[in-house]
Amino acid sequence: MADQTYFEDVNEGDEIPSITKNCSTQQLVVWAGGSGDFYQIHYDLNFAKSTGLDNIIVHGALKNAFLGQLLHDWVAPGGRVSEFGCQYRGMDYPNQDLVCHGVVTKKFVDGGRHMVELDIWTENPEGQKTTPGTARVELPSRG
Amino acid sequence: MAESVITDAMKSAIGVDGPPSIAEVTTSGIRLFARAVGHTDLAFYDEDVARARGYSGLLAPPGYLGTPIFKPGRRQADAEAAGPQFETPYKRILNGGTTYEYFEPIVAGDVITSRSHITEFREREGSMGAMLITYRETVFTRQDGKVVGKMRGNIINY
Repeated sequence: MADQTYFEDVNEGDEIPSITKNCSTQQLVVWAGGSGDFYQIHYDLNFAKSTGLDNIIVHGALKNAFLGQLLHDWVAPGGRVSEFGCQYRGMDYPNQDLVCHGVVTKKFVDGGRHMVELDIWTENPEGQKTTPGTARVELPSRG
Repeated sequence: MAESVITDAMKSAIGVDGPPSIAEVTTSGIRLFARAVGHTDLAFYDEDVARARGYSGLLAPPGYLGTPIFKPGRRQADAEAAGPQFETPYKRILNGGTTYEYFEPIVAGDVITSRSHITEFREREGSMGAMLITYRETVFTRQDGKVVGKMRGNIINY
């Protein structure tokens, strides 16, 4: 992780450092255990094909959690993720790069709290935004 | 737009909380979730690091609000906790999205009670044909009575 980001360092339109994920099927199994989502389309190829899918698909909630990591790594250790979420628009598959991005859309002070809003998304190898979303984080101020 | 599939029973379910569900925020649960995501911040793994940052225990990574208490034969109860399920004319279902809002950091040792309710039904004609979107909100309350977070999600029947 990089050094602490402060509110004063941030401008609307800034891109935050992206993170790249590439899920092995093993990671999807670990996620199944960690999240409690044991639906077999995420780790059993035969089962996934029996439902009409071409491949195992990455859990939507895992992609949401990747976006949570993108934000946490940007604001830690002194900041805090206040709100984040995404829409599940497209499927992603194991062993493909999934790049998590964020762009600052707004910064403001709310009752002494230094808040930043962002657009966030995951991008597949074709450049499509498969899980677009928004976030609000709190950053420390240089005072 | 075809005739509405939103019934009176569905309308009357809006805003009505389902039964509570309890989840434990454990050190092992935090570490497993953080490992599954690929987190590298030691505040999710090392209690000394978390305490040095002012947390009372391991910090829970974004999206982890505890592990629901599992008991054999509880599948039905779990389904009820997710709220009432309604028959629709649509065969296919998608998870449309999820948003978490935090009011307090979640840390190991928290016991969190969640209750969910439907906030809205919407019908739309999309590229996949007619669809029903069900919006739900879940409120997470810590053992000291403080509301620590909310989750908003939507399910698409089409």
